[in-house]
Amino acid sequence: MEGTLFNIFAGLAVLSALLVVANPFNRNPVTSALFLVTTMISISGLFVLLGAYFLAAVQILVYAGAVMVLFLFVIMLLDLREGARRKLNLVSLAMGLMAVGALFLVYKSSIDQTYGSEAPSHEAVADAGQAEAKPVKAVGSTRALGQALFSPDNGFILPFEIVSVLLLVAMVGVILLSRKEPR
Amino acid sequence: MFATMTGLFAEPWVITLLKVVGVFAVVMPMVAYAVVAERRISAWIQDRIGPNRVGIPFTNIKLLGLGQPLADGLKALVKEDLTPAHVRRAFYWLAPAVAMVPSFVVLAVVPFGSMLGAQKMVIADLDVGILFTFGIVSLGVYGVVLAGYASNSKYPFLGGIRSTAQMISYEIAMGMAVVPVFMLVGELNLGAVIDYQRDGAWLVFKQPVAFVIFLIAIFAETNRLPFDMPESETELVAGYNTEYSSMRFALFFMGEYAAMIAGSALMVVLFCGGWMLPLGDYFSTPAESLGQGLVHIGVFIAKIAMFLGLMIWIRWMLPRFRYDQLMNIGWKRFLPLSLANIIVTAIVMWGLYS
Repeated sequence: MEGTLFNIFAGLAVLSALLVVANPFNRNPVTSALFLVTTMISISGLFVLLGAYFLAAVQILVYAGAVMVLFLFVIMLLDLREGARRKLNLVSLAMGLMAVGALFLVYKSSIDQTYGSEAPSHEAVADAGQAEAKPVKAVGSTRALGQALFSPDNGFILPFEIVSVLLLVAMVGVILLSRKEPR
Repeated sequence: MFATMTGLFAEPWVITLLKVVGVFAVVMPMVAYAVVAERRISAWIQDRIGPNRVGIPFTNIKLLGLGQPLADGLKALVKEDLTPAHVRRAFYWLAPAVAMVPSFVVLAVVPFGSMLGAQKMVIADLDVGILFTFGIVSLGVYGVVLAGYASNSKYPFLGGIRSTAQMISYEIAMGMAVVPVFMLVGELNLGAVIDYQRDGAWLVFKQPVAFVIFLIAIFAETNRLPFDMPESETELVAGYNTEYSSMRFALFFMGEYAAMIAGSALMVVLFCGGWMLPLGDYFSTPAESLGQGLVHIGVFIAKIAMFLGLMIWIRWMLPRFRYDQLMNIGWKRFLPLSLANIIVTAIVMWGLYS
């Protein structure tokens, strides 16, 4: 059951992510934005399968519900024409490949840290998942997440507050830059 | 034969399916009769008669016009399904469905009764109930935006743009308004909120400010007057649904009423004690018999009906806000007020518990 659901959500996420950037039928930016919404929702489904219900709900709430709506808002306001097919740009292709490679290295090292350097067999992953089924679910619960973030022993409070101040700075900056009248 | 039947009814997915069908079977007629109620109450307020003719077909029995939704539905179904030539087709066909689905999905986490037999009367008893609700509610804006974009003409487009800004703005006020509720309850599960209100101390009395902000934000989220900028007839013809006709228009219409029911259900659960009444144990402990369970569900539906009545009444009593007034209230009044409410609640709780 869970395997089937994983295949459905993962397949949907990858397929619609492809359609966001390389849709052969339709170059309309609104179509791309909507496929990005589908990707977000599929990823939230994957979070549910991992037992991270809080993250799943926040994923839908923040990304599908707020960020993408604002994307659509901006696209519609700017009234972008269907983009002309651009020629393949070698520099941007190289940059993109580098970014993908760096991201892949990060994932690889985190998997290595979890399972040791040799790649885990399928059974080993399943065993580990079963042995640690309870802790995984506990991490997913909102209460556990809140305690992990805000308990004074963990020392995450200061980084958390700094990140929120960063968001505040970005917001104030936008308001300052978008003011029209001279001071 | 009987053994396989009982075995089938013990399967979790069969029970969930039954609950889903049950909720649909109750909500769809509620949508239909909310429309009739709206038309009758508006007629009463404006000193008209309203639809009082349609009864049982081919007889002279009129039943106060209660056959009206069947006639309306039939009319919408058999009308010509017109797709204007200038629309963006895929989006045009998608929008009505997208507008209607979220309102029904929200109902999945709402506990609409205590127990029926051994079953909890909620389709999905999620620990993150309220977050799920807000997530799905925030998806509701896509239907209106897509309709506005797909129609590819000025008035629907303006309606779509307006609704995006409006719904995003009021979502924030709405989310902030319920934070104190969950600070008091200590759980995000909607069933836990009802348990918290067991002794009759409904949260509407403990958090009146949160209740008022939430109520008004629900009006804005469901695009009801006095916040119906997206379809504002006097300026935008009919706003985002100008280009729609027949069953597609009916889907938008049903979506609006389903959203009203979902919003009312949330208000009942969060602030008005859910299925409980402060009238002794029979009304405030989980049901042990089938009859008691049905009474609890009935109480819940009656409370929803009261909120629906309130929403209809307000629609016909108040004029529409101007757009800048709407934004001013949302951002400059409700947001600071709800933030202040959070801080005051935190200070009071800190004083009480430390």
